[in-house]
This record gives sequence, structure tokens and C-alpha cells, in this order.
Amino acid sequence: MAEVVLLDFWGSPFGMRARIALAEKGVKYEYKEEHLLTGKKTPLLLETNPVHKKIPVLIHNGKPISESLVIVQYIEDAWSDTAPLLPADPYGRSQARFWADFVDKKIYDQGKKIWANKAGEVQEAGKKELMESLKLLEGELGEKPFFGGETIGYVDVALVPFYTWFYSFETIGNFSIEAECPKLIEWVKRCLERESVSKSLVDPEKVYVDLILVLKKMYGYE
Amino acid sequence: MASNNGDVKLIGAWASPYVMRPRIALNVKSVEYEFLQEQFGSKSELLLKSNPVHKKIPVLLHNGKPICESSIIVEYIDEVWSSGPSILPSDPYDRAVARFWAAYLDEKWFPNVRGAAAASSEEAKNAAVDQLKEGMALLEGAYVEISKGKDFFGGEKIGFIDIAFGSMLAWLRALQVMLGGVKLLDEEKTPGLCKWAAKFSADPAVKDVLPETEKIIEFAKLLVAKIKAAAASS
Repeated sequence: MAEVVLLDFWGSPFGMRARIALAEKGVKYEYKEEHLLTGKKTPLLLETNPVHKKIPVLIHNGKPISESLVIVQYIEDAWSDTAPLLPADPYGRSQARFWADFVDKKIYDQGKKIWANKAGEVQEAGKKELMESLKLLEGELGEKPFFGGETIGYVDVALVPFYTWFYSFETIGNFSIEAECPKLIEWVKRCLERESVSKSLVDPEKVYVDLILVLKKMYGYE
Repeated sequence: MASNNGDVKLIGAWASPYVMRPRIALNVKSVEYEFLQEQFGSKSELLLKSNPVHKKIPVLLHNGKPICESSIIVEYIDEVWSSGPSILPSDPYDRAVARFWAAYLDEKWFPNVRGAAAASSEEAKNAAVDQLKEGMALLEGAYVEISKGKDFFGGEKIGFIDIAFGSMLAWLRALQVMLGGVKLLDEEKTPGLCKWAAKFSADPAVKDVLPETEKIIEFAKLLVAKIKAAAASS
């Protein structure tokens, strides 16, 4: 097995976080695709993440780490001599952790209310909640080029992968995220100028056609 | 009291396991603080101003600057008061393991404690208890592996996982009573955790923070009534 292996799924925003962090640190790794849409989980996944049985899993010298933000913090700790994702001061670190945790608590579930439902109450609630969350994040970004300041940091890594799902939310929910959060979309574009991000994120239209629509069919969310 | 720790306040409540975490962490570091207790059923101006996003306790106020979310607060305490006994391990992999289990407790395990306590049907209660028992088996395995024969997840002294899990012990014990003697800490199934729980509860940084089981049982009745009332009216 290679020294660093990432067990991942192409369309997962959580997996993209790990990809960006590894790229930022210049770490060479073996990417192993877990074909989630087949409904089958590989022995490697079940062995390396027996508790949650989910991707991403980072395997470093045979030792597995699960949970995307735990993985990103591990990458930060293990390759600490380059491209720091967290500021040096404890207060700055606590704020970065807070906002990454906020992204974790809100964005996926609120987005799911939109894509996994027909037009109606639940979908509308999802749209309202998602826009509230994104506006709060936009406020937190303020005038800084990135959440991390002059360069991308922990919160940027935690949030930017969800951009790949925005097109799906907007198409299914019939609304525009850019209209209400233009500064956030400008921030996304700045992030995409970095190779670590542009190489880690997938095409939003591919997410819509090959993932979201497929999931809707698979689970009967139509 | 003169202190070069700065001004340290903690907004919280005695019964909240999440609040117990930073209290234990501050004790580990021997940092004195002012404990500002919220009234049950209402949220103070200070809380709403300090945690406008989630409006929840605990909130640490260090020289007026707020830090929210219990695990994040504990990491902050560990980093600021770095000359005291360390709470997180120094090895990156061990740190990842510690953060993993703290997240597991918050996302998977503790919601089942609340679920079992507030369950409206026998079925829902049994389902939650089954999940809790599965969780306890996982945690027993984790304890054996991580403690490597020492008393605590953190080794010779309490660490991040001990604080994350141990803060829930009063509720765990209360739940066992409230469910008519269901064994979650089980001498046969979770012998390691039984020993660990006793040692943790007796630790100097912990013993004045963990409430008595009877007090939690009384409080749980109030809380369950509140949850049920909210569910009925929604």
C-alpha cells in the first residue's frame, strides 16, 4: 500500500476537503475510489472505518483516520512545516474551528432538504435556511480575500467543496445563490484560482447529472 | 484575585455535560474562572450576545472574547494554558483518534441518551437503548486500545476523550436508574469502562464538577417535560 491513501468518492464534498488539504501540503497520495452508487462497500472501507463505514478515510502508513474535518486537522498536524491552514494564535484557531463546525452542522442537511424533496414546504425551508447560513458565512468572510486571510485556510477548505453542489440546489430548488450571496461566489472563484482547489473540485453539472439525479432515483426522492 | 490568566468567565449551567467539559479542562489547568449560570428555560442577554449563531451554552469568555462549542473550547484552553498538563496528545495520529471519538460521542452516542430519556413509546426507548449498548461496546474497545493498560484514555492522566466522555457520566448513571436498572456501564460487558468511570469521577479536576446522579434525575424530569411539551405544541 502507498504511504498515503485516500479512500474517497468523486462527488463527495467531504472527500474534496481532504483532497484540497493534501494538495495544499504537497503530499503525494494514492486516490482510491469507493463506488458508493453501486450500494456496495469495499472490505477496505469496512476495515478502515468500521464505526461509520463512510468516506473519506485517510490511511497514512497503514493507520486510518476518518471524519473529514478530523482528517484535515490531521493533515495540518502531520505536515506542519508547510502551508498552514490554521492561524498560529489560539483565538484565531478557535474561530476557524467554530466556522468549519458551523459548515458541518448546517450546509449538507439544509442542502438535502432542497435536492431530496419536491417543491413544497420542506424544500422552501431548506432554501431559506441555506441562504441564512451562507449569508452568515459571507458576513464572516467580510472584506478578506479568504476566510483564512490572505491565503486559503481551514474554513475555506471546509466550505468551498459545497460549491460543487450549488448548481444542483439551484436547479432543483429554482433559485439563485449568487443573486443573494455575490461576495461568496466571488470568493469561490478566487479559491478556484488555486490549483489545490481547481484540481480537487468536480464539475457542478456532473454532480447534478451523475450524482444528485441518480441519488434521487435510487432513494425515490422524486 | 491577581492573575495573569486574564479574565476568564464561563457561561453555562450545572447540569449540562457540554458545560462540564470546559469546567474540567480549566480545573486541569488550575485556571480560576467565574461561572455564570443560566436560568433554566431562559437565555441571558450575555449568552445571546456571546453566541448569536447557536445561542447555546457553554461559552467561554476570555478577556471578553467568546469561544463557543464545548470541544473547541477545550482545545482552546489546552492551547492557551500550554504550560499546564496537556489535554490533547502531542502525536498527530493520537490527536486524530481523540477528535474522532469526541465527534462520535456528540453526533452518534449522546443523542441516544436524550432519545432514551425522552422517548414517548416503549419501542422508541428500546431502540435508543440498543443503540447506546452498541455504542458502549465500541467505546469499551476504544478504551482498551487507547489506554494501553493505563487508567485513562489519556494514559496516566485524564485527556481529551476522558473529558468528552466522562462529562456524560452523571447523565449515563441517571439514565440507568430512570430506565429501571438498564446496564450501560456493565461489569461483564464493559469492565474497562466501569473501572475508568470510577477513576474519572474521583479525579481532582472532576469531582466537584460531576453532579450527583439523583440531582440529574430530578433535573431530567423537568427537561423531559419541557421537550415533550415542545413536541406536543409543534
